[in-house]
Amino acid sequence: MNEHSVVVKDLAKRFGDFLAVDRISFEVRAGEIFGLLGANGAGKTTTIRMLAGLLRPSSGGGTVGGWDINAQYEKIKKSIGYMSQRFSLYNDLTVKENLQFFGGVYGLSRARVEERTAELDEALGLGEWLDRRTAALPLGFKQRLALGAAILHKPAIVFLDEPTSGVDPIARRRFWELINELAAGGVTIIVTTHYMDEAEYCNRLCVMHAAKIVSLGSPAELKARHGAHSIEDVFIQLVRGA
Amino acid sequence: MSDPAIRVERVTKKHGDTVALSSVSFSVAPGEMFGLIGPDGAGKTTLMRILASLVDPDEGEARVLGFSVRSEAARVREAIGYMPQHFSLYSDLTVAENIGFFADLFGVPKEARVSRTKELLEFSRLGPFVKRRAGALSGGMKQKLALSCALVHTPRVLVLDEPTTGVDPVSRRDFWDMLEKLRAQGVTIVVSTPYMNEASLCGHIVFIHKGAILASGTVGEIAGLFRGTVFAVEGPNLQAIAARLKDAVEHELVRILGDSVQVLALAERRVEVGTLIETMRHEGVVSQSREIPPGVEDTFVSLMRE
Repeated sequence: MNEHSVVVKDLAKRFGDFLAVDRISFEVRAGEIFGLLGANGAGKTTTIRMLAGLLRPSSGGGTVGGWDINAQYEKIKKSIGYMSQRFSLYNDLTVKENLQFFGGVYGLSRARVEERTAELDEALGLGEWLDRRTAALPLGFKQRLALGAAILHKPAIVFLDEPTSGVDPIARRRFWELINELAAGGVTIIVTTHYMDEAEYCNRLCVMHAAKIVSLGSPAELKARHGAHSIEDVFIQLVRGA
Repeated sequence: MSDPAIRVERVTKKHGDTVALSSVSFSVAPGEMFGLIGPDGAGKTTLMRILASLVDPDEGEARVLGFSVRSEAARVREAIGYMPQHFSLYSDLTVAENIGFFADLFGVPKEARVSRTKELLEFSRLGPFVKRRAGALSGGMKQKLALSCALVHTPRVLVLDEPTTGVDPVSRRDFWDMLEKLRAQGVTIVVSTPYMNEASLCGHIVFIHKGAILASGTVGEIAGLFRGTVFAVEGPNLQAIAARLKDAVEHELVRILGDSVQVLALAERRVEVGTLIETMRHEGVVSQSREIPPGVEDTFVSLMRE
């Protein structure tokens, strides 16, 4: 499988005098788990916002799911999923109602939402929680539900922003098991995180510093290239040394 | 052996029906970097609030430098610097004004204040930003300013609740470097973190989960509690390898990483898992496999299951 899900060429974004993203280029294969790492202000968020169709590039461009990020951003917005650490779940609604609500946002028919809810119930193991208020869910289940809401419309590309902050290690492993299943089914995953342990789950990592890409490769390649034992050490070397 | 800087004895705390802490005991030696490691909801914050004498335990006792957090709360508060998870800096005040405000709060005498502020600005490297409003600082710099404010009265004990959460890894490392300097000067530090890999920066760690202590010791001692083997397995199809391993052990013991599958073969399953990997190697499903040292998270997972 060699199909590219995301292609970015010389992508740049300038806010006034500030160059937030400076002519970056990379490609992500369909079904790849791709990590975007960087300190605050490195340009990650701006990059993600451009890829998600929320922000227009100043120059350069690319495609996301085959759609042009300069011209077809409305199409992009409908074909991606986005899950943030500050999940936008409604605490007063039940789990099922939250999924119905997001189904409405994505413009899915009632029948389709029911079908997808049943599928997600099985995939995410929401089971006994479906009719409970979201506020009562343990954090690990909230994260699964937030993922469910982000993939309700079966997007080909899912963006995850620090998806597992704060959960215990077993809940984190279960979450990544779901992500691996999605990726194995061909969904492209783009993740940003400050948890360097989480970065190890990625097929490839792209480290950004001061608006540029400073290293790109698999976790093992990055560790070998920079003579480090952990991704955290790679990161610190790259950012402090740069 | 000198008296401990902090002694916690059978502390229990309930919030309604929820048990936040269940008969927790430990002590912290003077000048120690003591890490509380655990996920959200483990009880870390409740424990820190008790140490800061902000809430009383329902049962048990905690003493800081010999002072009871129950009956000598005022003495405890003088002795410690406390940085809550959501610390309140005044975002409209400058860096210098924030430090000045906390100096007033803690009654730092006028003559000591100038030299202390200078020391803190040098220590935190916030000197160049002294006139910047706190609201305009980056996340990492805000954290350094909050630490400076907690240090304004030169406390001998620091209690820091998740000071590095949400901060990027480089700012986190800078912050830990600052803590290490304080520790070297003899300050006793209790610090909590959800980042398992920060455990290695502490002299002594406690794993805390669901209000109870899972393990306590140096990083080396805790790693020694891991009973089993971690295998890193590679092959052309990681999903297929993981599926076979999940037939043998619980799902959460198998994880697919970017370029390998890692499986925790806990004590009684070690031979079984080893044999399965060998079988897959003969079948060509596995191209290579090696044992790797357990990480802090692996140990935490194995202890959670006991």
